[in-house]
Amino acid sequence: MIPRILAVLAALTLGMAALAEEMKMAVTTSFENSGLADVLLPAIKEDLGLDVQLLVVGTGQALRLGQAGDVDAILVHSRAAEEAFLVEGYGTHRREIMYNDFVLIGPAADPAGIAEAGSAIDALRRIGTAEPAFVSRGDDSGTHKKERALWAEAGLSPDTFGAWYREVGAGMGASLNTAAGLDAYILADRASWLNFGNKGGLALLYAGDPALFNQYAFLAVNPERHPHVRNDLAVQLENWLTGPRAAELINGYTINGETLFIFNAKSQ
Amino acid sequence: MNDIYDGLVSAFWLVVTLDADLLEISLRSLQVSLSALVIASAIALPLGTFLAIRRFRYRRLTISVLNALMGLPPVVVGLIVYILLSRSGPFGVLGLLFTPTAMIIAQVIIITPLIASITHQAMRELWAEYHDLLISLNTSGWQRIKTLIWDGRRNLLTASLAGFGRGIGEVGAIMIVGGNIDNATRVLTTAIALETGKGDFALALALGFVLIALAIGINISIHWLSRTEREGRW
Repeated sequence: MIPRILAVLAALTLGMAALAEEMKMAVTTSFENSGLADVLLPAIKEDLGLDVQLLVVGTGQALRLGQAGDVDAILVHSRAAEEAFLVEGYGTHRREIMYNDFVLIGPAADPAGIAEAGSAIDALRRIGTAEPAFVSRGDDSGTHKKERALWAEAGLSPDTFGAWYREVGAGMGASLNTAAGLDAYILADRASWLNFGNKGGLALLYAGDPALFNQYAFLAVNPERHPHVRNDLAVQLENWLTGPRAAELINGYTINGETLFIFNAKSQ
Repeated sequence: MNDIYDGLVSAFWLVVTLDADLLEISLRSLQVSLSALVIASAIALPLGTFLAIRRFRYRRLTISVLNALMGLPPVVVGLIVYILLSRSGPFGVLGLLFTPTAMIIAQVIIITPLIASITHQAMRELWAEYHDLLISLNTSGWQRIKTLIWDGRRNLLTASLAGFGRGIGEVGAIMIVGGNIDNATRVLTTAIALETGKGDFALALALGFVLIALAIGINISIHWLSRTEREGRW
């Protein structure tokens, strides 16, 4: 009985795989939460006949999935980690696709006064001095890495902070929920913030510094390392993502009239 | 409180309009948890009964371990199954990670000890009653197990339903091994986690109410089906 059930299950899964070309891509939570995937995926299906299955994880886990060969490609935003990934030979190359920006969110009353800050670094220094509640992703994601890098530039080390600095170890949405509950400051990507439904007493307090620039890049997993990955499909997808249809959809994507992403892929 | 009301209202509309996404993830929830239930029952019911009627050296230890495994943390099971099924793991060649099959495997591991343990408790009492009769008839071990399973089927139904309940409401393991991929491995519980992450509490709650209704519906229909049987010992 059990072998029969297993055989049926195997047939079901294999049968599903045979219907359309499928590939798996690990993407960051911030990309998925922005809602852009819901615009791009149907267009990819239409143009390439390709079902892209998204695994929504933090950048750290996305890179791990690529290293293990569990996905065919990754779309992440943490340049240093991406370059390390390439150096170790897990990816073929890195292709920049688009960027958006990070924003500093906090309680509308703004006790640390970051709305008047001259730069992102200055804003973080003000938070470091006033010590209001601050929520950190704490999950080794691209956003978390960016936050750590900004603290370092401000000459501060989160490891020495007191109880006001809370690492929640969760995705962007869950962290925003925590920040809304605590009335805390948080670094978020603009797309997740605009799409977030539970803003509570929080408001966008500081944005616009080029230091908050957030570049997304596409990396195909190296087929020499993992012969089973669908590199052919990854290459097709890369060409599409850097092509004119993607440019039009990415630049044209807005939430409440605000443009979220700016396409900046260079044609080869 | 408003969120709960909004949740109820959107749950109502999702069900009434037969929302296509809702239908798909609900059916996948059922497919995964029912498959896991069938496989786990096929292992756990004979195993629990065997433990009740057979005396062997490490029986007490086996039963203690089984009882302890009832509380197995799903997220740990998920992580272990993930590592085993990953392309760089021992079963990577099968390519099962991030498929419904992987989710079924994880759920089988989680619910088998629970079903086996409840089965063992129920069968121990039944065996006390049947002991003399079955021994005097000179039955084989397998015949005793079959007789007990058949005559104790109502208790075993409870055991299986407890396993189903744990399976369909579980999120930690299937999130890790399934990956919550839209149109492939998204089920009700992982969709709830996703919508909560987006701050869309009304939709998350609506899905939660659908999940609860589904679990109640399955329980009621199985009990209703089992009442139609008149023969045997009740």
